[in-house]
Amino acid sequence: MLSLEAIDVYYGKIHALKGVSLSVDEGEIVTLIGANGAGKTTLLRTISGLVRPKNGTIRFRGEDLTRRRPEDIVALGISHVPEGRRVFANLTVKENLEMGAYLRRDRAGIQADLERVFALFPRLKERLRQPAGTLSGGEQQMLAIGRALMARPKLLLMDEPSMGLAPVLVQTIFGIIREINAQGTTILLIEQNAHMALGVARRAYVIETGRIVLEGPSEALRQSEKVRAAYLGG
Amino acid sequence: MNWLQQLLNGISVGSIYALIALGYTMVYGIVKLINFAHGDVFMLGAFIGFYAITVLHLGFIPAILLTMAVTSLIGVLIERVAYRRLRNSPRIAALTTAIGVSLFIEYTTIYVRGAQPDVYPDLFGDRVIRVFGATTRVDTLVILLISVLLMLLLQWIVHYTKIGKAMRAVSYDADAARLMGISVDRTISWTFALGSALAGAAGVIFGLYYTKIDPLMGLIPGLKAFVAAVMGGIGSIPGAMVGGLLLGLVETGVSALGFSLFRDAVAFIILILILLFMPQGLFGKNVREKV
Ligand SMILES: Nc1ncnc2c1ncn2[C@@H]1O[C@H](COP(=O)(O)OP(=O)(O)O)[C@@H](O)[C@H]1O
Ligand SMILES: [Mg+2]
Repeated sequence: MLSLEAIDVYYGKIHALKGVSLSVDEGEIVTLIGANGAGKTTLLRTISGLVRPKNGTIRFRGEDLTRRRPEDIVALGISHVPEGRRVFANLTVKENLEMGAYLRRDRAGIQADLERVFALFPRLKERLRQPAGTLSGGEQQMLAIGRALMARPKLLLMDEPSMGLAPVLVQTIFGIIREINAQGTTILLIEQNAHMALGVARRAYVIETGRIVLEGPSEALRQSEKVRAAYLGG
Repeated sequence: MNWLQQLLNGISVGSIYALIALGYTMVYGIVKLINFAHGDVFMLGAFIGFYAITVLHLGFIPAILLTMAVTSLIGVLIERVAYRRLRNSPRIAALTTAIGVSLFIEYTTIYVRGAQPDVYPDLFGDRVIRVFGATTRVDTLVILLISVLLMLLLQWIVHYTKIGKAMRAVSYDADAARLMGISVDRTISWTFALGSALAGAAGVIFGLYYTKIDPLMGLIPGLKAFVAAVMGGIGSIPGAMVGGLLLGLVETGVSALGFSLFRDAVAFIILILILLFMPQGLFGKNVREKV
């Protein structure tokens, strides 16, 4: 479904991604784990078109995404839940969800997806008219996910959705991730919480300073000495 | 000359400042640029309205509508040609360009039609109207009515239309807006279009009220509207409206008290005081809405 081949990304002189190749198949949850500053966010921003790679190609369902604009990439079916939620604090919850469906014209479909988001996150329905800036961290994360779902994506990119959340909420969010996937959306999940991520994902990649250093089925990575030492706390 | 009459005058002048200030503040909210050519779009609006009335023989309302359509296109063109490629450049480059665009518009206008002033036709005559015991010129009320209508319309666009919501989203977080599929370029074009349409309307209203227009007329009202925008909290739409009205009232008050020589200085004294003591402006801190 999605494949990256030998992607190089630079920020000025900083070589942030070094020949990264990665693929995601239809229906999977794939996770990318790595320490702070390894290049995880950069990878997702590159897929979404916010960052231009210097070399390499990105393909999605037969289309070359490599130098497409972010709005075209959204239209092709990729939504992105950005790191740090990035909800529009000055817009209401309802307006945030509407922005998620910005490119859609099918009123009935949008309404159906709104109901689906409410089913996943009943809390959002209670807060529809509230400015998003007044939500708690967990609610903002739910809104960021709901907003991305409003585009009815085929592939959902998630950047550390559990960051900064209390353990109970982390459980909830991971439950939601499973559910979204069960409803038919493919997911590429970035996490520092390797334990949880390896629990939901079928396959995983490990990134270190801009390079993919390990990949394989989640179960295999869980057993690997290296992963245990570096990411699972021994 | 009673206080109610002064109040009406102050509000009318203030609403002209407010209409111009809205363009400054919306553009600043979304691209963080002080568009110094904005006062010149106001000037062009005054001339377009003038020609629409005198050459095309349009009525007042059709003239304003035509002016707004043309200045909105001019605003879009200015952004497209001069500012877009500088969006990620250092701020000083964009600011210098804005001053260049301003001079370009002023001197092109002088080149095309000369520097001499024109006098607006007197559409409403010297007719006066009595409101609550005060007498006031009809055009004072017309200005007020049109400004209020335009500001309500703007509020509606910003809050209830898709493009208005996109403008607020982009001004809050452009990258997050891109991830929604919102075209930032197109949204910025709309912002310039709206701001310039309001400036154009302000130009026609100004011509009607002060009658004399000339190619450099945008300078002082432009600067004062900028002060109004800063006073309200640059980036805040309600702030620009309130800032414009306040400035108009203060100026009229200063004149009415017999200090008319200081009228133009008041704005700049206020600017200095704000920058010293309240740089975030009236609405800049608590009102998070930025467009
Ligand atoms: N906008 C940027 N400009 C310059 N360097 C950046 C920028 N964003 C990220 N970097 C650098 O790129 C590297 C990867 O960052 P990032 O992708 O955010 O990592 P992660 O998400 O894994 O923490 C880091 O060294 C970071 O400092
Ligand atoms: Mg990151």
